[in-house]
Amino acid sequence: MDATDSVESQVALWPEESDGPELPTDRPVVCEFTNTWYSYGGGEPAVEDVSFQVRKGDFAAILGPNGSGKTTLLRLALGLLKPTRGSVELFGESSARFRDWSRVGYVPQRVEGMGTRFPATVEEIVEQGLYRGFDPLSIFRRHGRKEVLEALDVAGISHLRRRPIESLSVGQRQRALIARAIVGQPDLLFLDEPVSGVDAVGRDRFHELISSLNREHGMTVFLISHDIGAVMQGATVCACINRTVVFHGPPHHITGEHLSELYGFPVDVLLHDALHEHR
Amino acid sequence: MPEIFQFDFMTRALIGGSMVAILAPAFGLFIVLRRLSLIADTLSHVALMGVAIGFVTSIYPTFIALIATTSSAAGIEQLRSRGRLPGDAALAIFLYSSLAIAVIVISKSSGFNADLFGYLFGTVLSINDRDLWLIGILLLVVIVFVASFYAELTQSAFDQDLAHVSGVRVTATNLALAILTGATVTASMRVVGVLMVGALIVIPVLAALRLARGFRTALLLAIGFGLLSVWVGLAVAFYADLAAGGSIVLTTVAMFALAEVVGKAKDYFSARHGASDTGWSASTSSAEPEIDADQR
Repeated sequence: MDATDSVESQVALWPEESDGPELPTDRPVVCEFTNTWYSYGGGEPAVEDVSFQVRKGDFAAILGPNGSGKTTLLRLALGLLKPTRGSVELFGESSARFRDWSRVGYVPQRVEGMGTRFPATVEEIVEQGLYRGFDPLSIFRRHGRKEVLEALDVAGISHLRRRPIESLSVGQRQRALIARAIVGQPDLLFLDEPVSGVDAVGRDRFHELISSLNREHGMTVFLISHDIGAVMQGATVCACINRTVVFHGPPHHITGEHLSELYGFPVDVLLHDALHEHR
Repeated sequence: MPEIFQFDFMTRALIGGSMVAILAPAFGLFIVLRRLSLIADTLSHVALMGVAIGFVTSIYPTFIALIATTSSAAGIEQLRSRGRLPGDAALAIFLYSSLAIAVIVISKSSGFNADLFGYLFGTVLSINDRDLWLIGILLLVVIVFVASFYAELTQSAFDQDLAHVSGVRVTATNLALAILTGATVTASMRVVGVLMVGALIVIPVLAALRLARGFRTALLLAIGFGLLSVWVGLAVAFYADLAAGGSIVLTTVAMFALAEVVGKAKDYFSARHGASDTGWSASTSSAEPEIDADQR
């Protein structure tokens, strides 16, 4: 097939039934971009007129090349940036004013405190995810809480519980941050996948873990990724971003044209072959 | 009773020094982890301006210094957080403008050079009751603050964005941290002097970070190193007749070197003995591919 394949032929190739039961379309919206624009310091817009929704139960994968504004979108959704124009809402509330953070988990690509010999064990970092507002006695809290042990178990790093966070590999740190994000059982999980430092096996296990959090733990997932092949297997909905939305819909509706538009060269043939193998 | 305690000034120095030895590293831990060590240096020069103005106006210099450092700290934090100026640019402006004001004020009124010398290099041996009260109150405020906002402080030290998404009010935490840094600098200034304030805030913390695995251990170790430095430093100063500020700071450096040696020894033994206590063996036996520790 070539880059001019129509949407219909893609659908025919991979009928929807193969994805298992389709999620109903009237689920509540948990995160919504409406004509969102953002530019840093008044320069060229990094995000241009983006509109899409993530519904409860979705595994939304945000794809795009470097500098496409993916991470900016994530920061807008988390209220870390305010849109220049348009709006971003979390659970129906403007993300800049949103306060109910117990419903949201976040796994960043990297962390500021790392590399300073940050004195915390994996367990202490995971406990941070249980923060529920001012508690003057937090310094006296005992370790080994049930929620923490469970989150470590789900993330598959129970054996690293007492290790200093600085001694972990990139992949292990990622799991510690996932445990931190899920320990409070959030409804919505935001993840920024690391670009480097994790090998192929580690990346597959990362995607398996995210898929199971989505399917078995019922968490809505908003994942920034660069790895189209891996994402296609777990994601229920996909947004391809290159400053603006190039494609939004189920991943098997992505065509070569979309990808060419996204990356600026035809990548479809190789990619489709790889997908066939995965299936 | 050992000779050192027979002198009233020595007892006061020990009390004042010990309070600062708890205060400076306890707060310094958060300053170091947020990579704000330079802010302590800047604020110490602001404190010098406050001292100079205090001398000229004959108002209690330490008190003026306290006002100057806390308000400047708030100003620096505002400039930094609103993104008006990069963090280090804001620091440079505050450091040099306050130093310039201090120089002008001092040159206009040449009468307190001896006192000024004390503020530059530390005057712990001539610390008075008023200073002790002020330091005591600051110590109490900082202990209550660090203990009750422990969760907020550790979260924002680890990562500001993560802290925000956990529901921590990061801007307010940063502002409080900056203001109390000003207070800590002012209190420490009495003991080691304007020029070495940063040492007491930063070096015991660096020593603690070399050895601690958990956060609370790091906090306690930093305070422990601070106290040891002040006690040993004061004793050396007393018996060898050296400048107290200098000998305290040199002792903190010795503590740091000691921590490095102990840390190296610990690394060596845990590497040799299969490291069952550090968990290395557990992780290597796990199926997850391990990136070598050297690459982190």
